[in-house]
Amino acid sequence: MSISVNGNAVQVPDDPRVSLLDLLRDGLHLHGTKKGCNQGACGACTVLVDGERMLSCLSLAVQFDGRSITTIEGLGEPGALHPLQQAFVEHDGFQCGYCTPGQICSAVAMVEEVRRGVPSHVTSDLNSNVIDFSHDEMRERMSGNLCRCGAYNGIIDAINETLKEAAE
Amino acid sequence: MSILENAKQTAQGLFQAGMAKAIAMAPDSWIPGGEPDPLIRERHGHVGRPVSRIDGPLKVSGKAPFAAEFPMEGMVYAALAYSTIAKGRLSSLDTADAEAAPGVVLVMTFRNAPRMQPPPLFLSGAKAAGGDKLPVMQDDRIHWNGQPIALVLAETQEQADHAKSLIRVGYEVEHADIAFAEARDRGTDTAEFMGQPLHDEIGDAEKALQDAAFKIDATYTTPRHNHNPIELHGLTVAWQGDTLRMHDAQQLVAHTAWSMAQVFGLDEKQVVVTSPFVGGGFGSKSMWQHHILAAAGAKLAGRPVRIVLSREGVFRLVGGRSPTEQRVALGADQEGKLTALIHTGVTVKTPHNAMPEPFILPTRSAYAAENVLLDVQKVELDMLGNTFMRAPGEAVGTFALECAMDELAEKLGMDPIELRVRNEPEKDPISGLPFSSRHIVEAYRAGAERFGWSRRNPKPRSVSDGEWLIGMGCATGTYPYYRMPGGAARITLTREGKAIVDIAVHEMGMGTSTVQTQVTADRLGLPMDAITFNYGDSTLPGVIMAGGSQQTAAIGASVIAAHNALIEELLRIAGNDSPLAGLKAKDVGSRNGGLCKLDEPERHETYQSLLARAQRDKVTVEAQPPQPLETMHWSMHSHSAMFCEVKVNKVTGEPRVTRFLGSFDCGRILNPKTATSQFRGGIIMGLGLALMEDTQFDERKGRVMNPSLAEYHVPVHMDVPEIDVIWTDIPDPHAPMGAHGIGEIGITGTGAAVANAIYNATGKRVRDLPITLDKLL
Ligand code: FES
Ligand code: FES
Repeated sequence: MSISVNGNAVQVPDDPRVSLLDLLRDGLHLHGTKKGCNQGACGACTVLVDGERMLSCLSLAVQFDGRSITTIEGLGEPGALHPLQQAFVEHDGFQCGYCTPGQICSAVAMVEEVRRGVPSHVTSDLNSNVIDFSHDEMRERMSGNLCRCGAYNGIIDAINETLKEAAE
Repeated sequence: MSILENAKQTAQGLFQAGMAKAIAMAPDSWIPGGEPDPLIRERHGHVGRPVSRIDGPLKVSGKAPFAAEFPMEGMVYAALAYSTIAKGRLSSLDTADAEAAPGVVLVMTFRNAPRMQPPPLFLSGAKAAGGDKLPVMQDDRIHWNGQPIALVLAETQEQADHAKSLIRVGYEVEHADIAFAEARDRGTDTAEFMGQPLHDEIGDAEKALQDAAFKIDATYTTPRHNHNPIELHGLTVAWQGDTLRMHDAQQLVAHTAWSMAQVFGLDEKQVVVTSPFVGGGFGSKSMWQHHILAAAGAKLAGRPVRIVLSREGVFRLVGGRSPTEQRVALGADQEGKLTALIHTGVTVKTPHNAMPEPFILPTRSAYAAENVLLDVQKVELDMLGNTFMRAPGEAVGTFALECAMDELAEKLGMDPIELRVRNEPEKDPISGLPFSSRHIVEAYRAGAERFGWSRRNPKPRSVSDGEWLIGMGCATGTYPYYRMPGGAARITLTREGKAIVDIAVHEMGMGTSTVQTQVTADRLGLPMDAITFNYGDSTLPGVIMAGGSQQTAAIGASVIAAHNALIEELLRIAGNDSPLAGLKAKDVGSRNGGLCKLDEPERHETYQSLLARAQRDKVTVEAQPPQPLETMHWSMHSHSAMFCEVKVNKVTGEPRVTRFLGSFDCGRILNPKTATSQFRGGIIMGLGLALMEDTQFDERKGRVMNPSLAEYHVPVHMDVPEIDVIWTDIPDPHAPMGAHGIGEIGITGTGAAVANAIYNATGKRVRDLPITLDKLL
């Protein structure tokens, strides 16, 4: 039984109670994925599972046998940042930086959802396959990622600059 | 209190009053800031440039280490059990099953906890950091609902959490005082803040109110709030020999090191607290029981401990903002000049802390009224100690005051901005001190212009768009300039022309290392990449808290002092062949990578050359700034004019903020990029205060009922429009760099601006926060 984490095969933990989040942080010392509530309310623990965003605090590690996880560490690192990570720096899309890995992972997958035509609460035309990547669509779809420092404007600017084209 | 103590206090009071008078009357040149900081004139350096955060790449890649992310050999994980009654004692506490559970290393209760001194209460001493002063796990007494009663340590977090659930507790319940209104009706006392009564009187305000041509008199209420930084409170702690090593999430590293030393009977040097990155604090990341419990557990178990509070745990043992009931009564003449300004009310604290929410603070310097009455009363309840939360006093005080001003403006048929301008004071109305820098009218003019204030229809409920009612409101925000004693900094200059600054300060998102690197580069005449700024470590110089928006000023003054010492030292070692030979320190400054004579800049020598000539690899100096007398010589404050547009749904009552502009007067802005974020962040927390934040406290059980981010609502992406911020950028001539700290001003005035906009939209005046849709139906 193994999980691929950023391309590395990782043993599924023996204790079935271990959440994916705790496996990443405590087991693998991948501390980029953050714990802000451990109950699905803040989005700080967002990771990509086969490209889809998922709250790792609400998932048990044993569920992910054979699946592929990408964490913030897998997206880029200082010196070789992902374009969205770079845009966060330029647009000051964070202050303390604690919600930031979750925001970035969430945005990367969110854009894919838009591209695939998955509607949201604010999508006006449910029959269209093409979703307008508007300010409201972005804000609505990112609302599961809380930022208590209130870096929301910078986050949206960074996403808009980097990913808008990909979404359309 | 004995007669002797009374006499002693009176004498001290008189002495302090005399000192205050002497400082107020002293010539400017005797006071720190009397000579403006030379950096204020420097306009071509790094200060004022929108530099991106130098630690940004670390943060966006998840590589910035937070407190609970330092691995340690042999580390165990902690879980806490909390009391479910508000007052009484533990009649039974059965830990046998927990102790026998797999992986458990220790179950600590009052029975086996080491003997420890109570934490020194914040404000009770220069380095005290404790949120309250109750003894920690020393007996079977329960003081609040949520008090920790057992600590479990286990090999894994899962094992610790499971074992905790096996602890069985019995209580002997006693009557607890937990209902605000009941306590208020039994009687209140005048509250004290930082040793001074929260009470001011000029003339006879009640009589003036009676006689006033125009008046309003209303009660405003604000609920409890919790800071809720996204990073949970936690630490990794170990005893290494006689040294207690703490990787903490902390806005008071040096205070906490000293305070932990008092608790465990150690020398302050035996406690090392580091905190390189803090995932938000807002006043909450001081010293609470989990610090002491984790260190005690680590001691008993002989293993390093990682403790991370659950989100519920944060609500149970880290205090928040207290509720307030405020009366604001304003009397004015035909021209709108205030003849009476009354701001009084009641708030809640505990017998074990020193923090009554001081909601009259913003009113003290707000308006030129002939007669003033300001007063805060307090009641004490059996609850978790409340604490400082972003702009304590100002955040909720400006809500009441600035809503009242809006109500008065309507009574007078006057534009609310005009009413404020007409009551602009020439000097501080309470202290009588001159303002160091006050450009609030400019902030209003610029803000009104940019926001399109002239398009506002003053008649409520007159603008709509489909099913949405639309309105605009404004309010004044304000926050003091503070600089607290305890500053110190060390500068090391190397032969390569690099400088290292060491100072025990904090980074919680303000951009400390970035901004201070810019400032230090300009001060020393070096490029930014020649500066290393070390912080977040209690072993570095200074006892400086990241609180009261004072860190920027405290660092500024400390680095100025260290820079002066550096110049002295470099002149001392310069030798006779140096172009600087024989010069006095006061005639010399830093420029172009070295020192020069200020009025003869060609008399210059580089740092490299100075050190090489003296055959030194490096020079290290450390210095402390003068006491912060400037705040007793001038009335020093930041100001803002806040503008809000809302829409409120006619059918559902749902309020949405559609536009917001903050126009700030906060001295010189050091880094427009990070400053914009700080201003916006404050405003966004203010939107939360206005529309959703409410810690629900069960007045039967004394228990917080919504201890989670699912039920304590904070603004999310969808709640936040593009927030516009502008600033006067007029330096305060008496502050280091001409700058004020800006972490708190953004939350002030915001609640009132939203409430006033909602009134303009709907004609409904809601005086009870938060303004939820049920109040607008
Ligand atoms: S930690 Fe997973 S949603 Fe908050
Ligand atoms: S940057 Fe601090 S919580 Fe988002």
